[in-house]
Amino acid sequence: MRNSMQSILGILTGTAIAATTMLGVAVAKPGNTECIAPAGAGGGWDFTCRVPAAQVMGDMGLIDGTMAVTNMSGAGGGKAYAHVVTKRGDDENLIVAASMATAARLGQNVYSGFKASDVRWVGALGADYGAIAVHKDSQFKTLGDLVTAMKDNPRRTAIVGGSSAGGWDHLKVLIVADKAGISDLKAINYISFDNGGTAMLEILSKRADAFTGDISELVEYDKQGNIRILAILAPDRISAVPSAKTAKEQGYDVIGANWRGFYVPKNISAARYNEWVDIVTKVANSSQWADLSAKNGLAPFTSFGKDFENFVGGQIGKVAQISNDLGFMK
Amino acid sequence: MLPGIGPVNAIAVLFPIVYTLEVPPATVMILFAGIYYGSQYGNSISSILLNVPGTSAAAVTTIDGYAMAKKGLGGKALAMSAIASFIGGTLSIFFLAFFAPKLAELAINFGPAEYTVLMVFAFIALSSFSQGSLPKAIISAFLGLAIAAIGIDSTTGVSRLTFGMMELYDGIDFIVVVIGFFAVSEILIMLGQKEGKQSQMQPLTSLWITFKEITESLATSLRSCFSGFLIGVLPGAGGTIASFIAYATEKKILRPNQFGSGDIRGVAAPESANNSASVGSFIPLLILGVPGSETTAVMLGGLISFGIKPGPLLLETSPDVFWGLAASMFIGNLFLIILNLPLVGLFAKILQTPRWILMSLITMLCVVGAYTINGSEFDVLLILIFGLVGYFLRRADFPLAPLILGVVLGDLIETNFRRAMIYSGGDIVIFFESNICLTLWVLALVSLFAPTLINSIQKKVHSQ
Repeated sequence: MRNSMQSILGILTGTAIAATTMLGVAVAKPGNTECIAPAGAGGGWDFTCRVPAAQVMGDMGLIDGTMAVTNMSGAGGGKAYAHVVTKRGDDENLIVAASMATAARLGQNVYSGFKASDVRWVGALGADYGAIAVHKDSQFKTLGDLVTAMKDNPRRTAIVGGSSAGGWDHLKVLIVADKAGISDLKAINYISFDNGGTAMLEILSKRADAFTGDISELVEYDKQGNIRILAILAPDRISAVPSAKTAKEQGYDVIGANWRGFYVPKNISAARYNEWVDIVTKVANSSQWADLSAKNGLAPFTSFGKDFENFVGGQIGKVAQISNDLGFMK
Repeated sequence: MLPGIGPVNAIAVLFPIVYTLEVPPATVMILFAGIYYGSQYGNSISSILLNVPGTSAAAVTTIDGYAMAKKGLGGKALAMSAIASFIGGTLSIFFLAFFAPKLAELAINFGPAEYTVLMVFAFIALSSFSQGSLPKAIISAFLGLAIAAIGIDSTTGVSRLTFGMMELYDGIDFIVVVIGFFAVSEILIMLGQKEGKQSQMQPLTSLWITFKEITESLATSLRSCFSGFLIGVLPGAGGTIASFIAYATEKKILRPNQFGSGDIRGVAAPESANNSASVGSFIPLLILGVPGSETTAVMLGGLISFGIKPGPLLLETSPDVFWGLAASMFIGNLFLIILNLPLVGLFAKILQTPRWILMSLITMLCVVGAYTINGSEFDVLLILIFGLVGYFLRRADFPLAPLILGVVLGDLIETNFRRAMIYSGGDIVIFFESNICLTLWVLALVSLFAPTLINSIQKKVHSQ
């Protein structure tokens, strides 16, 4: 008798809990969600949609049902940006993958006149910090050596990277140079390659003098001992490349974070915006994401809501200033 | 065999699934390689029968493959494509297994200067695509170069020929160009013919390839496999360049030939080359961690998140991945030929479909193919424009192959030339410094003068 009472009580409590959660689901969780990756399958934006958004949000039960991932490549993210601003302005269930590249392009005003304030910035949940490396036999031993060469003999100092001219890899070197007081940024000899990998071949073959890219691109080469990392553009040392000094340690206070995060349409309700901020915060703090992001070469880097909007605004301003000096401005 | 729906999409979509299922990494790589591999052959079917190449590497196959299909020899062309792919794919696996680390050095030593000279060599192939008028071929090539120039220039970050249209910032996808100029213009030409004439398509005469045809094209397949593999190893070149160079080389070496009007060896060369090139592209991926193509780029991401580090030590740290991959490619090849040869007759029957159904079907394939590349309606508009331009060019007897070559090479030759010039500070000596450059120049000269030489030798022999 006691047993059956207990089990009835158990069932009742269980149902009550289930009912409350279900009620919670119906009211709070976004459903029929979609994540737009503004590039083709396989890139960083695609990863941001498929892994932290679709996979982790789904696994943690932060959204209702499964999240659809749409690849919308074009104009370096500009096509998706225009699409969201003009056609999906009040879609409550839409999030869009973004990164430092999004901010850089907004800073250079290449999204056909759209501004950062045309969307709402939700948060960032990881970053790949910038790094500058040379061949292991290179004459450059410190970041200072390279900076001196860029100052004294810019034409003879070939720097390679995986972004196009004016892109993020290029900008990182320019921000360091700017910090070091080099006034003629235009003279800096940057050669663009199709991706970080092909640019790295230029270092391994000693054709180029220095490489600018992200830490995740360098980890393996560093372990094999083929290269020397002159500096990482992170606030502190990173465990994946333990011996690499930060630029800050060497007197150049530069942080270059290729963050990964999301924006949402501008005209959604304040309540829904806050929910998205909450969801992204939960994903960023989860152990599942900690594991997945580390495996994919991302370092912890978080910023949410209002802070994130200010952060993005600041980055856009910095890029705009440097791009203006260089004539990359549209 | 749907154009545009390539292996990249398949792999990217499958990846999260296998990740969640915790499939062992070696198995995953084998699965990916299987997809990569199988799609190569599927694409040659639509190239040969419908003049719709599904990937850029299959574009060359359309030249003689479709010409054969028009003559009623589509079955033979399909069979040849399967056999040449098998030869190219299988032989190159042995190259991969035995020479991988050595060849990785080649990829490292191939810098912008070397790429530039390689592209010059490929451009000399232009002469072999001009049927008839050389000025027309040159105009056609320039049009291709102009199309290649559209988009943001990576060396300076300036946008060119975009007319402020955001859709043009990334340039125009090669497949869009090929579908427009080849397939859509073909539909327009077919529409222009009287229904009563029942097209230029001859009924299927002989389906089966003869043993003689296989032996005759064996040398072509072997040579193309070898050159295709070497080009595939270079991360900046890939299957498209490999198939163009193999085709052009064979056209120059073989005398007499009917390349361009349905020579079976014109199918064997590009098919063998692009299959061995896709095997070759695993070398920079596995040994250097540098992806040579979009597909291998996705695979690289996969490898890394499974904790497998591509690099010179891969053979020692993860032998199961490396050898599993080699073995799976071999088995994949075997299966492809076992599955495909008996089905050739079935595939070739596509051509017996009534013309009104076939043409609607091709149109649909073209539109779907163009749309799926970027999910963009703009690309669909582009294939229609290119189709119209292509129609008028063909009516005026302009050859279209040089245009395609211009599109493929335009960007590569320009960016590499400029990179090399930035390195050297504007000194052209850089193009003659390395041994690789010098070898390529010699090859280029040989290929330029070989036809004349061979002709005069043959004349001498005949006159004696």
